[in-house]
Amino acid sequence: MDIDKKIVDDLVANDVSFVTTVPCKQLAGVIEEVDQRDGIFHIPSNKEDEGMGLCAGAFMGGKRPAIIMQNTAIGVTINTLATLIQYYRMPLPMLISYRGELREPVACQVEMAVHTKALLAQMNIPTYHFHNQSDVEELDMILKYTFMCNKPVAILTDANFWGGYGDQ
Amino acid sequence: MIRSEILKEIAPILRDQLVVCNIGIPSQELHAIDDQPSNFYMLGTMGLSSSIGLGLALAQPKTVISIDGDGSVLTNLGTLPTIGNNMPGNYILMIIDNGSYGSTGDQPTYAGMKTDLAAMARAAGCDNVVEVMDKDTGAALQAAIDSGEGTVMVVKCESGNAKNPVITMDPVVIRDRFMKAVAS
Repeated sequence: MDIDKKIVDDLVANDVSFVTTVPCKQLAGVIEEVDQRDGIFHIPSNKEDEGMGLCAGAFMGGKRPAIIMQNTAIGVTINTLATLIQYYRMPLPMLISYRGELREPVACQVEMAVHTKALLAQMNIPTYHFHNQSDVEELDMILKYTFMCNKPVAILTDANFWGGYGDQ
Repeated sequence: MIRSEILKEIAPILRDQLVVCNIGIPSQELHAIDDQPSNFYMLGTMGLSSSIGLGLALAQPKTVISIDGDGSVLTNLGTLPTIGNNMPGNYILMIIDNGSYGSTGDQPTYAGMKTDLAAMARAAGCDNVVEVMDKDTGAALQAAIDSGEGTVMVVKCESGNAKNPVITMDPVVIRDRFMKAVAS
């Protein structure tokens, strides 16, 4: 299975047509796939809170948005999630590379990994963790759920899901 | 002129456009001067007026005006390259540059010292940047709308705030009526 293509196919099938990205090595393939799709407007952001602002505007303009980012961004975006996305009740699928989990080679990444789920839980953000490739089968349902309830929803995708990242 | 005097003067122009208004006193002032469903008031999230407006302009064809401040643009400087590289013809970023953080007690910003936001916008790739004095804002805004070209306006004015009540409208109501105005 081409995991990058499958993810972007699900975005397109759910009418997601505005995607902002902040890169991560694990996400390089999916970002490239997003960039090449005709049905998706891809706008890279310089910082994830900026990207959430773009998504909020696109949503109010009638597009279904999504953001692709690293889990370190949770540390950057708590205020934006609370006072913009949640306060105005907007849907936002967040496809997140879950750095610092099993098969992670960079020790510093673990420092945010240990806070990631706790922060998302504190924010009452529905959170899904993709660990095996077969977990991607839930993405279509997660996207439908996100646009049904108008909430930010986190999809954490770890190194094992992506087939390893610099295995030790 | 201070910001509220400018807003009062340009209210007849803003009324017919989609407006994303910056957090704090700017939104309170616009709300008090001329509340419209086509105004999106930011109740929080300092710095993102320009990003929300850009996303909205890219998603649909109507003209969008983001009313921003020098302090808020400094908070989200990454917005300028994103605007410069993706500027649609229906987007106007109007930075009201009074050299101070108005909503927090008029502390000076670097834009009131050595930092030149218009030059920064140009360096970031924004092709159409105009610097305007307070009294000329209405004419420059109308010209930007009529041009159909994406424009960054840097409006120089004095520091100061009008005294208005906070906005108590529910955020979901603000968002819902705004989306109806966008879609109408």
